[in-house]
Amino acid sequence: MLSSGSGNTVIKSKLISRRMFLLSVSKAVVVVGVLGRLISLQINESTKYKTLSDKNRFREWKLAPERGIIKDYFNKEMASNKQVYQIHLIPENAQSIEEVFFRLKTILNISDKKIFSLRKKITKQKPWEPIIVSDNLNWSEFSRINLFLHELQGVEPIVSVARVYKDSSSAHALGYVSQVSAKDLKNKKYLKDMSVPGIAVGKTGLENRLDKEIIGEVGFQRYEVNAFGKRIKQIKVDPGKAGKSFKTTLDLEVQKYVAEILGNKAASVCVMDIYNGDIISLVSSPSYDPNAFVHGIDQAYWKSLINNDRKPLINKAVSGLYPPGSTIKTLVALSALENKIIRPLDTVRCKGKIELFGEKFHCWKKEGHGIMNMRTGIKRSCDVYFYEVARRLGVDRLSETAKKFGLGKKVLQDFSEERSGVVPSTSWKKKYIGQNWYLGETLHSGIGQGYFQSTPIQLCLMTAQIANGGFEIKPRILFDKTKNNLKEYLKFKNENPGQPLPADLLVSNFDLKPLFKNQENIKIIKDAMYSSSNEPGGTSYRSRLEDKRFTFAGKTGSSQIRKFTEAQREAEVKQEQLKYENRDHALFIAFAPVSDPKYAISVVVEHGGTGSKAAAPIAKKVIKKVLERHSLRQSIRNLPGDSI
Amino acid sequence: MFQPRSIQSSLSFRDKLYSIDYVLVFSILILGIVSMFAMYSTDGGEFKYHTESHILRFFVFFLMFFILSFVQIRFWHTTSYFIYLVFLILLIGVKYFGLTSSGSQRWLNFYFMNLQPSELMKIGLILFLAKYYHRIPIESVNKLKFLFLPIFVLIFPVLLVVMQPDLGTSILIAAGGLIVAWLAGVRIKFFIYSLLIFISLLPIAISFLKPYQKSRILTFLNPEKDPLGAGYQIIQSKIAIGSGGLFGKGFLNGSQSYLDYLPEKHTDFIFTLFSEEFGFFGSVFILLLYGVIILRIVKIGNITRSNFGKLYCYSFATAFFIYVIVNMGMVLGLLPIVGSPLPIMSYGGSSMMAIMLGLGIAMSCKVYKDMPVN
Repeated sequence: MLSSGSGNTVIKSKLISRRMFLLSVSKAVVVVGVLGRLISLQINESTKYKTLSDKNRFREWKLAPERGIIKDYFNKEMASNKQVYQIHLIPENAQSIEEVFFRLKTILNISDKKIFSLRKKITKQKPWEPIIVSDNLNWSEFSRINLFLHELQGVEPIVSVARVYKDSSSAHALGYVSQVSAKDLKNKKYLKDMSVPGIAVGKTGLENRLDKEIIGEVGFQRYEVNAFGKRIKQIKVDPGKAGKSFKTTLDLEVQKYVAEILGNKAASVCVMDIYNGDIISLVSSPSYDPNAFVHGIDQAYWKSLINNDRKPLINKAVSGLYPPGSTIKTLVALSALENKIIRPLDTVRCKGKIELFGEKFHCWKKEGHGIMNMRTGIKRSCDVYFYEVARRLGVDRLSETAKKFGLGKKVLQDFSEERSGVVPSTSWKKKYIGQNWYLGETLHSGIGQGYFQSTPIQLCLMTAQIANGGFEIKPRILFDKTKNNLKEYLKFKNENPGQPLPADLLVSNFDLKPLFKNQENIKIIKDAMYSSSNEPGGTSYRSRLEDKRFTFAGKTGSSQIRKFTEAQREAEVKQEQLKYENRDHALFIAFAPVSDPKYAISVVVEHGGTGSKAAAPIAKKVIKKVLERHSLRQSIRNLPGDSI
Repeated sequence: MFQPRSIQSSLSFRDKLYSIDYVLVFSILILGIVSMFAMYSTDGGEFKYHTESHILRFFVFFLMFFILSFVQIRFWHTTSYFIYLVFLILLIGVKYFGLTSSGSQRWLNFYFMNLQPSELMKIGLILFLAKYYHRIPIESVNKLKFLFLPIFVLIFPVLLVVMQPDLGTSILIAAGGLIVAWLAGVRIKFFIYSLLIFISLLPIAISFLKPYQKSRILTFLNPEKDPLGAGYQIIQSKIAIGSGGLFGKGFLNGSQSYLDYLPEKHTDFIFTLFSEEFGFFGSVFILLLYGVIILRIVKIGNITRSNFGKLYCYSFATAFFIYVIVNMGMVLGLLPIVGSPLPIMSYGGSSMMAIMLGLGIAMSCKVYKDMPVN
């Protein structure tokens, strides 16, 4: 048994060893496989998995930066930020979104529509990204939420900041902010990395123009989170950077005053420093409440704004287009003088109308002005005089002068909503209308009707450039310390004729550009404007300011909405008797004070009737206010460290 | 061939001590110590329940292993059927008295520990078959009537474990049994036949299962069906291992593990944790340790005279290898997730006990290498 077993044992043992050898070989192959896998995971693809691991490990919550502040010239805040109470909901922390919504509905009175849109939002974003359930709660709502917080898993009460506008007088200049829309994302590339819940983006006005700089830099909180989304510890916090603050040239005090005067009229007022182009006031009326947009405007208010035929959302000062009416006569006269078409004392007889190729051209005064020269023509705004001047001048030369003085192109770069208007010429008509120019149209252009379209800010710039003696200025609404010295330059030139300029004046005015051929011509126009406002018979004589400090020189204008019918003309229909929407726009431009001009103003009252009745009285009040504040403004001009 | 020394019952204790394979002993010890660090890390760098009981278990069972090394090989041969039977009874006991945890009934409650008989059965089956094939003559191995018993002793416990349900362990038990049969010389065709029969019987077997058992098994077979469950585990495990890189994130710095992205990090995914913290070099170090252990057991098989010892050692070494590879393959995303612990490293008393028992028997093959078993 032992020996036979022994032989058997040996054979068996050999068999076992042979098979074990086979097994060992296959084991080695398997080991190589495992090793290869380790190499591939831990060496070749290690970077990829490290990234994935960090992605697991860290989660970032972005923080909305504080928007920069917009101040007026006197550093008063026009657009600032206030604390708001919000509630955010982090979907992944809520056990049941339905339940949370149900509870919130009873506590906060949120509409079903809102909840529907929130639900839609939740499905679109990552479960750990908060959504804002309510972004502007009052204190009592907020404290009620805090009281019930233990029942509201996933809900977080947040104290945040949001835009607030002190008053609505500057609503159009500043614009407003609101939630980011798909269009914003497309147009503003910098918003791409700023997808923070609750971030607001500038939609119009300066808020829109300055958005990139004023919006600030998004911060973040980086947390280490575990597999269940629970925050384990904070790894890094970057509070972000508050946006840059901006100082404007506007005077909030004047803004408010102007808005008050304008009331509910569809009107606009621009006031400009004639030497450095600082815009002191830019008011469009009626206004709206820009705060209403910050947290999403409610439907009823939006509808009331949209349906209001006085168009409260339009910034009339820069995007309202009006025929300049008689205000253009200043430029017609200037152009004629510059081109030596007419001498100031050359006369034209006004009989109330002239006829040209069978067409009648009426003066606003039916019985006529009698014999007119340039000064009286402007003073009394005689249409017939200017028909004659325009006829001799021709539209192209007028157009050249008008363009030089700032009509027909955008004045500011700051408003995307600004419009450029139209300065007609023969080539313009050919190009845009495809017809030849008629002489009759030249006559209409001579009194600022017809194809002429201008914005109030253009008219203001035009006036300012006449007032400062015919030098080009670059209007600005953002405060800038530089190029404030045009006035000093002119003074120096007058006092030291032929002397070389001091270096500092040279530097700060090197792009000084005269718009005239002969400065005497400018003086003639200014004098005529003086007479219009301050001599009996002048169109704005009734609105004059006799106090020498405030005396202004202006030009009225009214731009026709609808051609007067012969019947109306015969019946001597007054503007007040017309339907509101058929009344003329009332315009007025002026500069003040006459003795030492400082500011230019343009006032446009839509459907106001005549410039002398509707626009000049407004200008009168505003001019007084602005000049009263002049020395205060002067005192603050060059404060050290007062740059933007 | 048979020297006087072959009757090794006459060996002195000193001789026995000398003949212990100390390379094997130290490899096990080092692996044990490494596993303690890993366990300490899974507890978040504190001595908590898992770490403490793992250390305790390791040393208790390591002592058991050492003592078992001095049990004569003849004893194992004599009692192997009995041992198998005891384990089988325990396994049947599980079906009636077993504790259920996360839907699976695997444990028997003894007052000092919860025993998982299926782990012990891994060794029990190898012991049984090693004796069986040692005893039958080589020409009978491939005779049909000699195949019935092996098939029965393999199928019965495997089915019991599948029913728990615990697919991973049942596969590993079956693997151990099949290896013994293969080494003993059973022809390849029988393996193929039984595979075919197994596949054809599978639908019938499945129809006997309860729905929840079916779904569990299906999930085991196809983790993609459950991406947030098993699929998630594979993904997270790969991220952990891959992000370890060459040198690892450092001890106690495995973010995947301490932020709970790793499932089952104490047990099945302990290698993932170690690999995340110690990187490629750490992983290779563990592989090497296992390599040494397995090679030493194979070496014992080489020098053991009895075919029982050879069969046992080779089979155990190969089974051990399979345990390691199945676990690693699983955490590396090469194999589907079936619950299978990593020997010695993983938390779990029964697994530790079974492995130490298996190692003890192997070591006694070394100490009594020249002792005939019958």
